[in-house]
Amino acid sequence: MGYFELIIACIFVNNILLAQFLGNCPFLGTSKKMETAVGMAMAVIFVLVMAGTITWVIYTFVLVKFGLVYLRTIAFIVVIASLVQFVEMFLKKSIPALYAGLGIFLPLITTNCAVMGVCVLNIDKEFTFLQALVASFFYAVGFGLALILFAGLRERILLARVPKPLQDTSIALITAGMISLAFFAFQGMV
Amino acid sequence: MVESILFTFGLGAVCGLILSFASKIFYVYEDPRIARVENLLAGANCGGCGFAGCSAAAEAIVNEEAPANACILVGVENVSEIAIIMGSEAGTAEPLKSYNNCDGGKRATDRFIYNGLNTCSAVTSLYGGKRDCSIGCLGFGDCVRACGFDAIHLGPNGFPEVDREKCVGCGACETACPKSILEVRTVSQRLLHLNEYDNALAPCAQTCPAEIDIPRYIGHIRNGEYEEAVNTIRERNPLLLACGRVCPHPCESYCRRGIEDDPVSINQLKRFVADYEMNSGKRLPIECAPDTGKRIAVIGGGPAGLSCAYFLRRVGHHPEIFEAMPKLGGMLRYGIPEYRLPKKVLDWEIEGILNLGIDDHTNVRLGVDFDFGSLIASGFDAVFFSVGAWNDYNLGIPGEDLDGCFTGIDFLAKIGNNDPVKIGQRVAVIGGGNTAIDCCRTLLRKGVDKVYLVYRRTRKEMPANEVEIVASEHEGIDFVFLAAPNKVVGNDENQVTGLEYLKMELGEPDASGRRRPVPVEGSETVLDVDMIITAIGQSPLLSFRGKGDRLDELTITRWNTFEVEPATCQTNVPYIFAAGDSATGPALVVDAIGGGRKAARSIDLFVSGKPVVSQPRVLLNKHIPGTIFESVEGVVHKKRTEMPELEVAERINNLNEVDLVISEADALYESSRCLSCCRLCYNADS
Repeated sequence: MGYFELIIACIFVNNILLAQFLGNCPFLGTSKKMETAVGMAMAVIFVLVMAGTITWVIYTFVLVKFGLVYLRTIAFIVVIASLVQFVEMFLKKSIPALYAGLGIFLPLITTNCAVMGVCVLNIDKEFTFLQALVASFFYAVGFGLALILFAGLRERILLARVPKPLQDTSIALITAGMISLAFFAFQGMV
Repeated sequence: MVESILFTFGLGAVCGLILSFASKIFYVYEDPRIARVENLLAGANCGGCGFAGCSAAAEAIVNEEAPANACILVGVENVSEIAIIMGSEAGTAEPLKSYNNCDGGKRATDRFIYNGLNTCSAVTSLYGGKRDCSIGCLGFGDCVRACGFDAIHLGPNGFPEVDREKCVGCGACETACPKSILEVRTVSQRLLHLNEYDNALAPCAQTCPAEIDIPRYIGHIRNGEYEEAVNTIRERNPLLLACGRVCPHPCESYCRRGIEDDPVSINQLKRFVADYEMNSGKRLPIECAPDTGKRIAVIGGGPAGLSCAYFLRRVGHHPEIFEAMPKLGGMLRYGIPEYRLPKKVLDWEIEGILNLGIDDHTNVRLGVDFDFGSLIASGFDAVFFSVGAWNDYNLGIPGEDLDGCFTGIDFLAKIGNNDPVKIGQRVAVIGGGNTAIDCCRTLLRKGVDKVYLVYRRTRKEMPANEVEIVASEHEGIDFVFLAAPNKVVGNDENQVTGLEYLKMELGEPDASGRRRPVPVEGSETVLDVDMIITAIGQSPLLSFRGKGDRLDELTITRWNTFEVEPATCQTNVPYIFAAGDSATGPALVVDAIGGGRKAARSIDLFVSGKPVVSQPRVLLNKHIPGTIFESVEGVVHKKRTEMPELEVAERINNLNEVDLVISEADALYESSRCLSCCRLCYNADS
C-alpha cells in the first residue's frame, strides 16, 4: 500500500471517529463551539503524532524483543499518559504560545481512546516506522476534520427547531450517525 | 512472569523519573496564589464560571481576568477570602445579581410579520427582530430557559422578571440574551455606570445630569413602593431631599407627555418620596461594598464633594471631606436660602451620607489651615477637588467699595451662617440669575421696605428659573429691566445713597442668541437705595494653589476653572480629579452631583490601578438620535399636579419653606401620568 492510499484510508475510509467510532467522548464534548473544536483538533494532531511513533518504538524495540507483547495495553496507557504530561510541561516552559493555544485540551487527551486506538492499529497493521508516523498524523487529521465538520453542524442546529426530547446531545448523536453513514460511502475506495 | 513484573516496574520507574526530571527542568513559576484561590473554589469543575474547570478559573482570578466572585457555587465567606488573597478591589466581593433593563414588553411597534422560530436568538438573526426598537426585549424567553436556578420568569407583560432571591449571578441569562436586556452586575458596577448610547433610556433619563433612572422610580411610586423609589434615586443621587426642592428639573423639558400635554412633575415626585423617607422616621439602609482600604481626600463638601464621597464610600473606598466653611453642604447651605431648602432638611440628608462611614473635617481651608503637600504625605491615594465657585464677579464701576455694597454669594453665605449683616431699607440687587433672585427674596424676608432687581436685559432673557421669577413677582419685587449700572453714589460717610444706571435698548442678537443691550445716550437715572448687592455671576476661587507644589502644574481654563477630561473628570495631574462648579463654572446642583459620580468612577479606576478611561459610547447628557419625538400619539390630557406653596402673606416675613410637598394621592395620580417611556416605546393613555 502506497503512502497516498494510506493517507486517504486514514482520513476518510477508516476515519477514526466516523468509521471506527473511537474518541466519541471529545467528539461530543468539544464540538459545541467551533473555537473549542479547532483547539481540540490541533491538540490531537500534536499528541497523536508523538504517541503513535513512541509507542511504535517501544513496542518494536522493547516489548517484542523481550517477548512481552501481552503487556501492550498497559504499557501504552502508561506511555501515553506520561507523554501527555511531559509534553504539557515541555510546552508550558518552551513554547508558551502553543501551550496557551492548546490550553486544557492537552490533559483531556489522556482520556482520549482515539489516541490509544491509533497506537494499537499501527501495531496491528504491522506498519513500518514511517508508515506509523504518516498514519498517526493523518488519523489525527481525520479526527480533526470530523470534529470541525460536526462543530459547524451543531452551531447551526442551535438555531433550528428541534423537538424538546431530542435537544442537545440526542440530536448531536443522530447527526453524528448520519455523518457516519455518509462516510461509509468511502468504503472500498482503498 | 518475572520479566513482566520487571518491565512494568521498569516502565513505571522510567516514566516517573522522566516526569520528575522534566518537572525540575521545565518548571515554570506559578503564582502561589493560584493554588490558594483554587482551594477556596467549589472544586466541582462545573464550568458555571465560564472557565474550563476550577484550576483555570483560579488562574483567571489571579490574573485578574475574572472577579473574585466568578465561582457561582461558593458562598460570600469564600469570595471575601479570595478577595483578601487578591488584594481587594471595589465591588469584587459583592454578590452579582441580574437586572432587567427593559420593561417595555410588547409596547414597541412591529416592523414586519415574523413566523419563524420562537426564540430570541433566532429572531435576532432576522434584522435584529421584528420590533422597531433595536435594543428592546423580544420576549421569547431565552433567558428563562438559560437560567438554571429558576430565577427568571416572564411577567404578565411578556418581559422577563428576575427573582433576586433565587438569582446567583451566574451570568447565563446575560449570555443567552441576544440584546442587552439582562445584565448581571454588582451594586458597585451599577453605581458607577455612566449612561451610554446603547442603553435603554427615556428622554428624561438621558437629560438628567445625574442620570437618574426616572421612569423606574416613577414606576415604583405608581406601585406604592416608595422605599424602592428612594433606593432607585439613591443609585444616582444621594441628595434627593435637596434636589427635590431646588432642582430646576431639566428632565421635565424633555418629558414626552410634555409634547402633547403638561410634562410629568418629575421633581415633585422625587421630593414626595424623599420627604416620605425623612418623615417615616427611619433611614433606609444603604448598601456599601466591602472595604478596599483606599483613601481619597475630597476638598470641598458641597454637592459635588458629597456626591463623590458618597459613591466612593458605597463602592468600598474611604473618602475624607475637607470643608472650609463651618458646616458641610457648600452652596446648598450657603447659597440657597432657608425658605427654599431648610437647613434642618439639609442636615438630615448630609448626616445620612456621613453615616456610611465618611469622615469630615470642617473649618479647614486648603492653603490656609493645611497644604497640599501634607495632604499627599498623609497617604491619600487620590484627591478630588470640588471647591465650587465662590468668587463673585465685580461690576467694575466706580463706588463699588462703599459701605453697603455686597456681592451675592458673600451676602447669602453670611445670612446662611447667621453672621450679622447690616441690611438697608431700600436695596438694589444687580443681576438676573438665581443668585440675584435668592438675594431679593431673602431681603424681603429680612423686612426690607423696597427691593429692586436691576437687570440689563428684559424678563425674557433672565437666566433664573421661571418659577423663581414668578414667585418673586408675587412677593412684590420691583424689576428694573434694561438698566446697566453706571456708578454707585455715596455720601460723605462713605455710605451708599443711590445707584446710577443707564437705560438700555435691545440691539442685534449676540453669540448666546440673546439680543445685546445697547446703552441709550444721556439716560442716566439714579435709583434711591442704601444697599447694593451685585450678583452677576461667580467663578471658582483657586487662590490655594501655592507655588512649587503639584497644584501649580494644574491646567486652569480662562474661566478660572480646573481643566478636566469631560468624561473622566481627571485633571492633567493624574491623581487629581475635579467636578462641580470648580470644573464646569456655575451650574446646577444636579450637574455637580452627576459630576461627583463621574469623578468617583474615575477615582475608583485610578486607585484600583486601572487606566482611567471613559466608557465606550458614553452619552454625557446628549440625546440618543431618534429618541426625541415631534409628536406622541394616544395622549389624553390630564392636569399636571400643581405645586402647593405657602400664601405670600404667610411667607413674606419669615424664612419658612415656601414650596410644600404634594400629597400621597397627588403623587399616585401624578405618577400615573408618566408614559413609562423607553427609547422608542411609551404607554399610550387608554
